[in-house]
Amino acid sequence: MKDTLLRWFHKWGSPKWFYDLSGRWMPWLAGLSLICLLVGSIWALAFAPMDYQQGNSFRIIYLHVPAAILAQSAYMLLAILGVITLVWRMKMTEILATACAPIGASMTFLALVTGSLWGVPTWGTWWIWDARLTSMLVLLFLYLGIMALQDAIRDPSSAARASAILAIVGVINIPIIKYSVEWWYTLHQPATFKLTEKPAMPMEMWLPLLMMLIGFYAFFAWSLLLRARHQVLIREQKTRWVTQLLDAKPATKSDPSESAKS
Amino acid sequence: MYFASFADFLSMQGHGIYVWASYALGLVLILANLLVPIWRTRRLRQRLQRRLQSTAAPAKELNS
Amino acid sequence: MHKTNTTSLAQAVGVCIRREFLLLVRRPSDLLNPLLFFALVSLLFPLGISPTEAILQPVASGVVWVAALLATLLSLDSLFRQDLLDGSLEQLLLTPHPLSVLVMAKVGVHWLMTAIPLILMAPVLGAMLYLPTQAQGVLMLALLLGTPVLILVGAIGAALTVSLRKTGVLLTLMVLPLYIPVLIFGTSAVHAAAQDLPADGQLAFLGAILSLTLVLAPLGISAALKVSVRQ
Repeated sequence: MKDTLLRWFHKWGSPKWFYDLSGRWMPWLAGLSLICLLVGSIWALAFAPMDYQQGNSFRIIYLHVPAAILAQSAYMLLAILGVITLVWRMKMTEILATACAPIGASMTFLALVTGSLWGVPTWGTWWIWDARLTSMLVLLFLYLGIMALQDAIRDPSSAARASAILAIVGVINIPIIKYSVEWWYTLHQPATFKLTEKPAMPMEMWLPLLMMLIGFYAFFAWSLLLRARHQVLIREQKTRWVTQLLDAKPATKSDPSESAKS
Repeated sequence: MYFASFADFLSMQGHGIYVWASYALGLVLILANLLVPIWRTRRLRQRLQRRLQSTAAPAKELNS
Repeated sequence: MHKTNTTSLAQAVGVCIRREFLLLVRRPSDLLNPLLFFALVSLLFPLGISPTEAILQPVASGVVWVAALLATLLSLDSLFRQDLLDGSLEQLLLTPHPLSVLVMAKVGVHWLMTAIPLILMAPVLGAMLYLPTQAQGVLMLALLLGTPVLILVGAIGAALTVSLRKTGVLLTLMVLPLYIPVLIFGTSAVHAAAQDLPADGQLAFLGAILSLTLVLAPLGISAALKVSVRQ
């Protein structure tokens, strides 16, 4: 048991192993995410019935909800990777955590914008200080703070460890922030229309949502691997396996014969 | 199909602009998150390969 | 602290406290500037919004809190910087004593020297913003509970950015979102007191946040210092 655990740890510390494995995973993730997103959005846009209260603007939910869920789980992942980075000092979790932040930030941004676009027909205004929108905005700033810190520290390993600490502090704070913002919202304006209220969704509304959710998660994993592989190549560019990799598979179209000879 | 006509599908009873703007932004963000790392990796590989060839080139020229 | 083998933890903490105290006293600008900033920001609001009581009074608690928050943040930039430059931060990391305890001593002195004057000054600014008299006590109490949280959480950010040449807005960007709960409960406590409502609940929340921060932040600060100094 201990042996397999050790081997597992060793593997996750190895960028080469990750590069090979992710190369094999990526086509599957790409296929899954593209199919789910395409089918899901066509289903959501053209075939799902409209909500009797909110009309067709309800179709934004199929984008808004997966983006919001993904934004939150990406932050959780960031903090979990941060703990692993700090405790076991694994190279791969540093790389994955660094790759995670920009995707999470863009999903938070998407959730915010779709939420406010949804607000125009439902609330009649594009922004209100709704508890959920406000905590999403705070989440966006938490992401941006982490990205700014990553950007400011030159050494990638130190940057990853510093932002890991910030991510953990943030994840402890998130429930407190959420609670306080909700409390603040109920204090200042009584809820007239709540997004939180889950209407009893019929099956033909649930299925496309589920499909979009799977598609978003697969897209997240795909994008995460793409970014992480880029980081791996940068960090490992001097190593033997990267040199061999580049020799064997030329990315340049200019001189295939040259590399074929060598 | 839920809508009667294509024009109906586009307008979505007046809500079309919000729905389509949301989906357009979603498409842009998803594509950006995929294409930017792909492009960056491609550029990086080209640069590394050039460097590799430039260090290996003198030896090859001597051989040929 | 060079003969650490013979010093007990209490002695080490005592040395840390004394050193921090002396350093702050010798650089009075570090103490005064945040206070001036606090007053100046509060002055901008009557000028920017309106000097009338009807408009200023409802926002007074928020203005004082936001100004206090920014002033605290401003004072944190220099918290570890000087120690890193003169090498004493590395000494601190090398002592056999638990770093989190020593850091707490340092941060505690910083709080006493910067936040207490700020808390004493707050009622003056509150009065200038037409904050009702019955709310002044709650304002000071809320600041008393809230400022340690601000300093402790901010110290994590300061520790993370200590080795960077240019921090500028970075520290603010990292730390301000984490201040939101304190801001919400702090302002609403004062707001409630201004309307003759009980503010116990909000103060209790502030106390809960404070105790959570007191337990966790020292660990975060020492971990952050280790990451920053090692690079």
